[in-house]
Amino acid sequence: MKKLSAKQQLRLEKSGLLLALMLPLARIILDYFHDSLGANPVEAMTHRTGDAALQILLLSLAVTPIHRYFRFRRAILFRRLLGLTAFFYALIHFSIYLVFDQELSFGDTFADVAKRPYITMGFSSLVIMLPLAITSTDKMIKRLGGPQWRRLHKAVYAAAVLAVIHYWWLVKADLTAPTLYAVCLIVLLSTRFAWWARQRNNKPVIKQPG
Amino acid sequence: MLIKIIDPTAAREHEVTPQALYLDRRRLMASTARSMIAAGVSGVSGLMSSMAFAAKAYEKVPKGSPFDTNEALTPFKDVTSYNNFYEFGTDKGDPKINSGSLKPRPWKITVDGEVEKPTSFDIDDFIKTQKLEERIYRLRCVEAWSMVIPWIGFPLADVIKAARPTRKAKFVAFTTLLDPVQMPGQKSKILDWPYTEGLRLDEASHPLAFLAVGLYGDMLPNQSGAPLRLVVPWKYGFKSIKSIVKITFTSTQPKTTWNIMAPDEYGFYSNVNPNVDHPRWSQGKERRIGELFKRKTLMFNGYDQVASLYTGLDLKKNF
Ligand code: HEM
Repeated sequence: MKKLSAKQQLRLEKSGLLLALMLPLARIILDYFHDSLGANPVEAMTHRTGDAALQILLLSLAVTPIHRYFRFRRAILFRRLLGLTAFFYALIHFSIYLVFDQELSFGDTFADVAKRPYITMGFSSLVIMLPLAITSTDKMIKRLGGPQWRRLHKAVYAAAVLAVIHYWWLVKADLTAPTLYAVCLIVLLSTRFAWWARQRNNKPVIKQPG
Repeated sequence: MLIKIIDPTAAREHEVTPQALYLDRRRLMASTARSMIAAGVSGVSGLMSSMAFAAKAYEKVPKGSPFDTNEALTPFKDVTSYNNFYEFGTDKGDPKINSGSLKPRPWKITVDGEVEKPTSFDIDDFIKTQKLEERIYRLRCVEAWSMVIPWIGFPLADVIKAARPTRKAKFVAFTTLLDPVQMPGQKSKILDWPYTEGLRLDEASHPLAFLAVGLYGDMLPNQSGAPLRLVVPWKYGFKSIKSIVKITFTSTQPKTTWNIMAPDEYGFYSNVNPNVDHPRWSQGKERRIGELFKRKTLMFNGYDQVASLYTGLDLKKNF
């Protein structure tokens, strides 16, 4: 077999990852057509897309620590794809709510966003992710310049925190799942604090991607 | 308020055999007939009908209550696979999967508190003393979804009368079984087990208040609250306590599980009320199971006849 160039190899790996990341969506579509989304398909779709969005968002936040602490340098090449996929699922999640819960009434939607704290949190999370997604093309990264782009994309921490609060606040009694997500997020964020503290103590610093 | 006048001569939704069942029956008849003919056995029709109908415990219970709604029934599959019954897990699919450990027979029910003579019964002896009937009710969950379910059971008022409450009795409290082996969800402290619920005595005596032992013409499946559950159709679903072991008459307002858990979110009354939102979500609309879009929620879930129970009561404060 012919040996792949580094570029082809990366493209192949990214396609594989994308395929894997589309599995939750594929399952929703398959289950829809097999009539196996359960008695309340809209709720099932909302839950599954919300879960996928949050899980992939947390995965994207795991890339930098993996890169830093396990010296797995290639990981960083997949971060953007993970972030964009998280946004993609969040967008579907919101669209389901917009169509089936609010029947495309923007007035009702904004009233709901204003009134319900858990919706406010989810909405803020999505709104924060929007400029991050838009500035994720090669062209935009070049235009903003590395430092500027990294500073902007620090907002992803806020998006993740708001998404976990969103989940926390919508639960009726069983906080197991949101607690798990919160613990993951706290671990992921603490690795940053640990890194920053270390950087401050042993200057000079080697620049590392945010 | 919209009141539907039912044409008494029209065949109502529940009197018409659901299509799926009809088709199943046709298929069964066809295949049975084929094998019968092959074996040269006569008397096919008698055998067929016994095969098709023998399994259901309450098939012959009288139907057509004046309290019935004529809306389309929620399919049996959805009624029995989408449940809030935290004793078996917090996902709506959990109760169907995990409730096999519940043993609804033998089952003892205790009636005590402010009654002339506290007693306890075996469930089957208890059912024998009651006149069973079918009631097709809407069920509105506090989570803004709803179903239409054909229950089998008897009016709670009949049980209250038989219990002969004393003059001090003002409330009725209900308790679910406490047994973490049969109800594995009770191993985690999500709620303050055992689940308890309560009604004012006049609410409990309203002809709509119902004790169910079955649904869709058959015994209650475990996940639906076997062997005995409450059905209070003008209140949010969580008031309709499942797998009851104790009915207690009290002089003071009993503690109720969700009210203990979050008093600002779940009141003692918990009447269905589109004008009083849950602090975290709207109660103005609901999704009928089987439909994609939401419909408007009706005051008292459309059971206006209970309004007189609450005259003079501020339903915003007493939510
Ligand atoms: C405009 C933005 C959003 C709206 C309107 C929204 C709305 C909702 C609704 C209605 C639910 C279901 C609540 C229930 O069943 O009681 C939900 C659940 C959820 N949402 Fe969102 N959401 C938004 C944004 C987000 C974002 C950005 C994320 C993650 C990155 C997210 C993650 C979740 C998760 C994890 C759940 C719980 C799923 C489960 O129970 O399994 N949501 N959201």
